[in-house]
Amino acid sequence: MAREDFYAALLDDDAEKLYEQAPCGYLSTTPDGLIIKVNQTFLTLTGYRRDDLVGRRAFADLLTAGGRIYHETHYAPMLRLQGKAREIALDLVRADGSKLPVLVNSVLERLDDGAPAVVRTAVFDATERRAYERELLQAKRRAEESEAHATDLARTLQQTLIPPAPPEIPGLDIAAAYRPAGAGDEVGGDFYDIFELSDGSWVVGLGDVRGKGVQAAVVAALARHTIRAAAVRARQPSEVLRVLNTVLLRDDVDRYCTVVVLFLRRVDNVWEAIVSCGGHAPPLLVRSGRELSAFGEPGTLIGVFDEPELVDTGVTLKAGESLVLTTDGVTEGRRGREFFGESRLAAAVAANCGSAQSIVDGILADVLAFQGGHARDDIAIVVAGVAGVAGV
Amino acid sequence: MDVYSRHNINISGPIDGQPMVFAHGFGCDQNMWRHVAPRFADRFKVVLFDHAGAGGADPSAYDTNRHTSLHAYADDVLRICRELDLRDVIFVGHSVSAMIGGLAALSAPEIFSKLVFVGPSPRYIDDDGYVGGFTDDDISELLDSLESNYLGWSSVMAPVIMGNPDRPQLGAELTESFCRTDPDIARRFARVTFMSDNRADLPNITTPTLVLQCSNDVIAPVAVGEYVRDSMPNASLVMLQATGHCPNLSAPDETTAAIAAFVAA
Repeated sequence: MAREDFYAALLDDDAEKLYEQAPCGYLSTTPDGLIIKVNQTFLTLTGYRRDDLVGRRAFADLLTAGGRIYHETHYAPMLRLQGKAREIALDLVRADGSKLPVLVNSVLERLDDGAPAVVRTAVFDATERRAYERELLQAKRRAEESEAHATDLARTLQQTLIPPAPPEIPGLDIAAAYRPAGAGDEVGGDFYDIFELSDGSWVVGLGDVRGKGVQAAVVAALARHTIRAAAVRARQPSEVLRVLNTVLLRDDVDRYCTVVVLFLRRVDNVWEAIVSCGGHAPPLLVRSGRELSAFGEPGTLIGVFDEPELVDTGVTLKAGESLVLTTDGVTEGRRGREFFGESRLAAAVAANCGSAQSIVDGILADVLAFQGGHARDDIAIVVAGVAGVAGV
Repeated sequence: MDVYSRHNINISGPIDGQPMVFAHGFGCDQNMWRHVAPRFADRFKVVLFDHAGAGGADPSAYDTNRHTSLHAYADDVLRICRELDLRDVIFVGHSVSAMIGGLAALSAPEIFSKLVFVGPSPRYIDDDGYVGGFTDDDISELLDSLESNYLGWSSVMAPVIMGNPDRPQLGAELTESFCRTDPDIARRFARVTFMSDNRADLPNITTPTLVLQCSNDVIAPVAVGEYVRDSMPNASLVMLQATGHCPNLSAPDETTAAIAAFVAA
């Protein structure tokens, strides 16, 4: 057939045929929804006879009950307020009771005075698309569940790194806090531990594994257990750090950490404190009537060098005196480009030095407030002091 | 955050007029009152707001842990009334907001002088001897329907809905999106709405109440409207010619006239 004949055939295509045989269901209703006109395609899709519908049923009557609620609460208001509703997913109930997933577009036509006149609706069979969407939704749900599961797992792992509450130790006043980064769903590498040795002395370990996530948490767990095991034989904190250094170097992990280990030994009525730092900022020494001072040497990172430089520094703690151990989540807490810093940390300690707990609470409150309540990094704080009032 | 931005509050009419608070139902936002509320602004102080999680309410107003029952929404209404120092309030609640207003009036009757319930239902799901119009399966179907219709939401609509003052060109799209909300919130609000049962509260609401009932409302059938009237000590019912669940949109003249007659009485 010649091209001209094609055009002729198309031009001859009468309006009724265009309407009745359109490649989508088509219906017209009153503004209230009563069906006043429907095309053959719609009847074929749904199995109704024209007489079942025209002048008898409202469009919403053909929907599932859930779809009717959606129609009344979303579709109809949208149509009224903006004159159209597009790509609405609904289920039509066919004459035989089966469901037909459809996508629906509607326009509201108004009279010259603005009064609603007629609603014209096109209905597309969406059986396969909706089946695909359901698969997508299920996949999305599975992904969300997996994520929730993973977060849960990581949190549990994290919790095992932190003792639930510092132990009660006669003669000592110890408090600690841990706060995860962000909304509490990020797993960090900060850890601390407080435990007793058989000779009655106490060990405090606090550290920060570089990086975040489950890998960091795993290394933190390894570090914590190693510190416990090594402390049994060690006479000085630096020996604990050397063992940890060797373990991390041998272990096939690409992580290093900063750690501070503190030994507390009772000697008559005072406590002897010995500190060694592996790449960690030295603790703050709180003594009545004196300026706060950093106590100990920073030392080298743990898990990097074969021969780390580690120094043990000792001091005698009297009643009311304490050491403040923090991770860099405190000093590197950020507000814009500004860091919380050591001076703010010192100020928080000075303003709250009534008890170990008040110092911990004061630091945590200040550093969180500084960051608008949203911690950029996880935070661990341990304050270990000698019980009693200063100078007594 | 102040109460105005938290609930996208819009006030019109005489500043010292008797307050009329219009509350929208599940699905859309204060636009539902577009053709009715302005007609009262000649003599009433008309207060429009969006429920937490809906329309232009600040996203932070919605609290997943708190907004688990209609009582939380009623508390929001009371907070609005108190912070705006509203007294002698005529509360007009559409759909689920009828019960929200009822609960608010129940806990602070001194704030309210009259209630207007447009298409109220104290319980949507059928119960022993009570016909609410829906079954549990119907509600599950609705939740599916919501899910299906919000498929394209997160990536396309989120930036528009969450508000983006730096990009005013989004304003035009925003007007088209008033019936769209965060799908998670929509699903939660749907569950709170359609699982609610406030039948036992009705006899205790003593504030004078008008029930506006549409003649063919699949969500709140006539029998349910009559149940509300009969259960309340001080309620009357006006039957509207209007059909459907949203006479405030489909028959604003009739709706306005019925409310006007009640508030004038």
